[in-house]
Amino acid sequence: MTELDSLLQVLDARGGDRTILADTQTAHMMASGHKLLSQRQVPGLELVAAETPDGITARIRVARDVQLTHPLHLCFGVLPAVGRQHIEMSLVLEQGAALDIVAHCFFPNAEQVEHVMDARIEVGADARLTYTEGHYHGPWGGVTVVPKAIVKLGKRAVYFSDFSLTTGRVGKLDIDYEVEADEEAVVELTARVFGHGTDAIRIREKLVLAGRAARGLIKTRVALEHDATAEIIGITEGNAERARGHMDCMEIVKDRAVASAEPIVKVTHPQAKVTHEAAIGSVDHHQMETLMAHGLSPEQAVDLIVGGLLGRQETESVIKFPARPANAASQAR
Amino acid sequence: MALLEVDHLSFRVPARPVLDRLDLAIEAGEVHALVGTNGTGKSTLAYLIMGCEGYRPDQGEIRFDGRRIGDLPLHERARLGISLAWQEPARFEGLSVRNYLTLGRGEVDAADCLQRVGLSPADYLTRMVDKTLSGGERKRIELASVLALAPRLVILDEPTAGIDLLSIREIINVISTFKTRGGAVLLITHREEVTRVADRASQLCGGRIVCSGDPETVAASYQGRACRRCNGEECDDDRAG
Ligand SMILES: Nc1ncnc2c1ncn2[C@@H]1O[C@H](COP(=O)(O)OP(=O)(O)OP(=O)(O)O)[C@@H](O)[C@H]1O
Ligand SMILES: [Mg+2]
Repeated sequence: MTELDSLLQVLDARGGDRTILADTQTAHMMASGHKLLSQRQVPGLELVAAETPDGITARIRVARDVQLTHPLHLCFGVLPAVGRQHIEMSLVLEQGAALDIVAHCFFPNAEQVEHVMDARIEVGADARLTYTEGHYHGPWGGVTVVPKAIVKLGKRAVYFSDFSLTTGRVGKLDIDYEVEADEEAVVELTARVFGHGTDAIRIREKLVLAGRAARGLIKTRVALEHDATAEIIGITEGNAERARGHMDCMEIVKDRAVASAEPIVKVTHPQAKVTHEAAIGSVDHHQMETLMAHGLSPEQAVDLIVGGLLGRQETESVIKFPARPANAASQAR
Repeated sequence: MALLEVDHLSFRVPARPVLDRLDLAIEAGEVHALVGTNGTGKSTLAYLIMGCEGYRPDQGEIRFDGRRIGDLPLHERARLGISLAWQEPARFEGLSVRNYLTLGRGEVDAADCLQRVGLSPADYLTRMVDKTLSGGERKRIELASVLALAPRLVILDEPTAGIDLLSIREIINVISTFKTRGGAVLLITHREEVTRVADRASQLCGGRIVCSGDPETVAASYQGRACRRCNGEECDDDRAG
């Protein structure tokens, strides 16, 4: 089996759609380790990628006013137990452009794998970018994931990013995102992570609301069990008139897990406003009892609450509810 | 034998007793209204029957279908067919109304449950049971969720609280639906028109049921403050100490 086949197989198993590779209207890039397996650019989106000794460099550019209706799919992974993948990516959306990126990252067999992402992103004036990144890790916890991004948003630009690592062991995760937003730009950074075993999670996200009426939200959802640890640092600066920022961090801890949240707020303009909320603790008691009054066991209730927090909807498969005996009402008489 | 039998139930919070040798029986298929002033212990009784954490009787016994349930954890009582729609229902991030109503049970008709509580399935099935629902919407969804369970006994803790006046009738119809489906209802309410749907009613005061009978009689007793036990004095007394 070729490496491409192997990666496609993993994609299939995760509910991905391999037909996108053949779709001439859909841009994509697939890389396994430092091998570039497949790529396609489409009119208005230029994609230039090359292999390096330990990874890939990619330059992606969406031309002015080009609004792509099909998302760009990025598929990265290291399939063997040992390996390294260093992605250097530069992404530019010119003025008025629009792009959705869906990134899949697979490390199903990782025992000693490192995945480093260095991204420089520029979203031009009136341009719009969404970046959804889903990680699928194996059960061994032998992955180190280090995503770094420096993002600059032009006037009225919109940037939504959603990072999720809720399948398999995290291993070591060290996210470092910095976003600077110009006038009336809107940014939303969401991260959802589920840590198990001895997983170590560190998320540092910094938002600089530099332009007038720039708006930003940092939303972090973390669930931890066993001996996992998480350190969440959210930084928001409000440096201009009517800049509005909010940070919202929720962490659920079980067993011996340890979580911390450190919101840092800096406001340098009297008409800027930055707020934050953080809740760290065990599963909410009232939520638990509500679900248990519906017949869920404590374990099922925790799974459902944590799943919801992490943005997963898995009730159909997870929960088995005992059927009510057909003659229950008559028995009662 | 009644479906639910509460015998001599006592429960105290740090400062004072809330329930004091309370007796109550609910027959299968009966709608039983429970009235009483704020803080008399109606919700406390609900939590004791349901088996919420921290609500263990100091004295007395609760039997369901003849079986003592005092030692059963909450979810096992639920699995026997007891459920509770909370006075203040919890909110859940990332849980859709559809999933909340079905909780993995394929046979549930979530759309029908929503319709019965006056919410359009098209608008609400995909909504989240989170902070974005209004108070009244959340109450209705709670009612729909227990309806979906087809419980043998449901405790409705102020189901019309936060419901607009135009829709009270709808909620009363839902209460009747539990009954037509063979379920019993313990209906905690402050509204007289709601008690009228009940087959029987009881008034709680000073930790005990002080008046029990047809809803009109109990409503008259309650309104006239003619509580046999405290003669109108304890009903609005905070009874500290
Ligand atoms: N853990 C507690 N500690 C102290 N007091 C408590 C505790 N739990 C309940 N109480 C008190 O017990 C009393 C009964 O409360 P409960 O919620 O059962 O009242 P209720 O009849 O449902 O009132 P309402 O009509 O306002 O809903 C109240 O005075 C309440 O403050
Ligand atoms: Mg109450």
